[in-house]
Amino acid sequence: MIRVIIPEHLRTLARTGGELQFEINGPVTHCAILDALESRYPMLRGTIRDQVTGQRRAFLRFFACEQDLSHEPIDTPLPAAVASGAEPYFIVGAIAGG
Amino acid sequence: MSGVRILVGTRKGAFILTSDGNRRKWDISGPHFGGWELYHVKGSPVDPNRLYASQSSGWFGQLIQRSDDGGKTWNPVGNKFAYDGVPGTHQWYDGTPHPWEFKRVWHLEPSLTDPDTVYAGVEDAAIFKTTDGGQNWEEMSGLRGHGTGSRWAPGAGGMCLHTILIDPSDHEKIYIAISAAGAFRTLDGGKTWQPINKGLNSLHIPDPTAEVGHCVHRIAMHPSRPDVLFMQKHWDVMRSDNGGDSWTEVSGNLPTDFGFVIDVHAHEPETIYVVPIKSDSEHYPPDGRLRVYRSRSGGNEWEALGKGLPERDCYVNVLREAMSVDSLDSCGIYFGTTGGQVYASADAGDNWAPIVRDLPAVVSVEAQTLP
Repeated sequence: MIRVIIPEHLRTLARTGGELQFEINGPVTHCAILDALESRYPMLRGTIRDQVTGQRRAFLRFFACEQDLSHEPIDTPLPAAVASGAEPYFIVGAIAGG
Repeated sequence: MSGVRILVGTRKGAFILTSDGNRRKWDISGPHFGGWELYHVKGSPVDPNRLYASQSSGWFGQLIQRSDDGGKTWNPVGNKFAYDGVPGTHQWYDGTPHPWEFKRVWHLEPSLTDPDTVYAGVEDAAIFKTTDGGQNWEEMSGLRGHGTGSRWAPGAGGMCLHTILIDPSDHEKIYIAISAAGAFRTLDGGKTWQPINKGLNSLHIPDPTAEVGHCVHRIAMHPSRPDVLFMQKHWDVMRSDNGGDSWTEVSGNLPTDFGFVIDVHAHEPETIYVVPIKSDSEHYPPDGRLRVYRSRSGGNEWEALGKGLPERDCYVNVLREAMSVDSLDSCGIYFGTTGGQVYASADAGDNWAPIVRDLPAVVSVEAQTLP
């Protein structure tokens, strides 16, 4: 079971709370997590990655296991602790802005 | 009894202000979508309870929200705005080519006949259309591709398509305006477009009378006379009596001809309103005194309306989407400020009072007259 934590505004948009948990079949990658997330919560499409270019939005980062994994290729397997559910996968918004 | 609903978009959410036809007491709901920028909220003229909202954020991009119950509940609909084909380049601020990039939706214009059909004006400038209530959006690429797009450039707020006016007597005729490109018209429902900027004179571009490149801030039309258009340009208030074929200046005795908003009285097609703003770059009312100016002659002769508005120490702006009128008798006029006030006049501008004073910076104001 993958554990995913998304920013508060996206939790409000998706009408969900706290930590999201779901299964992923196959390799656990950024892309697989985002595909599964957007499949379960279609209203999140376009909010984390651009729907046309597929690029991560500039003010968002992907953290796990105390590492910034944002710049890893999207099909790179994530740490085993994320794949096993021992550690959550964080989608974090920059604490910037007025 | 009839009533009024004011849809207010702000930098940090949407607010809905409602009153009965007396327009004395107001209920305020919101913030809806707190923390997000709401560039525009507008209702369908066919079904006033069908509302569309443009919700965006620097973090999370663009969303479109739809309400089918007058704003009590909302649901996100489609938010994929993909330019048709390879979008090419427009001019950057320094005149160099810059690729077209979707930023946000500035304006939502519901169809006059079908609540599921809406036009969207976006940054970087283009017009999109949905016919399924917002689920899917397709670019009307004849505008961006008609030939002058490579010469368009952004204004300080971005290269936005901010005005969409549908001719009530001929729905195939649509006017749009872009900062900083100018005004454009289609006669065939958006397949082909023509620049309509003859008579505009913009001293801040190399050729002041160029076909495109003008920083048009807003265009307004009275539904009974759709060939008469009124324009607030970056500088100059203009009018056209031939559907945009040519424009003449009607700034007259305004204290400054810079401003953003312009609107038309609901029952008097020659009565128009602007809010003069000091520029270059100050962008607040002259002398710190907030006043609406009204012309009852379609321009040139203007009277200051300030009763109930701040007389001193007022340094707010009134942005281009932030004025609207209702169609009650007498006509109500509404505008919002970057200081978070929404002012209302229930007597066509003679007297003003704030409905609310302390909202986030107001970006847009739309009045709905309810049955």
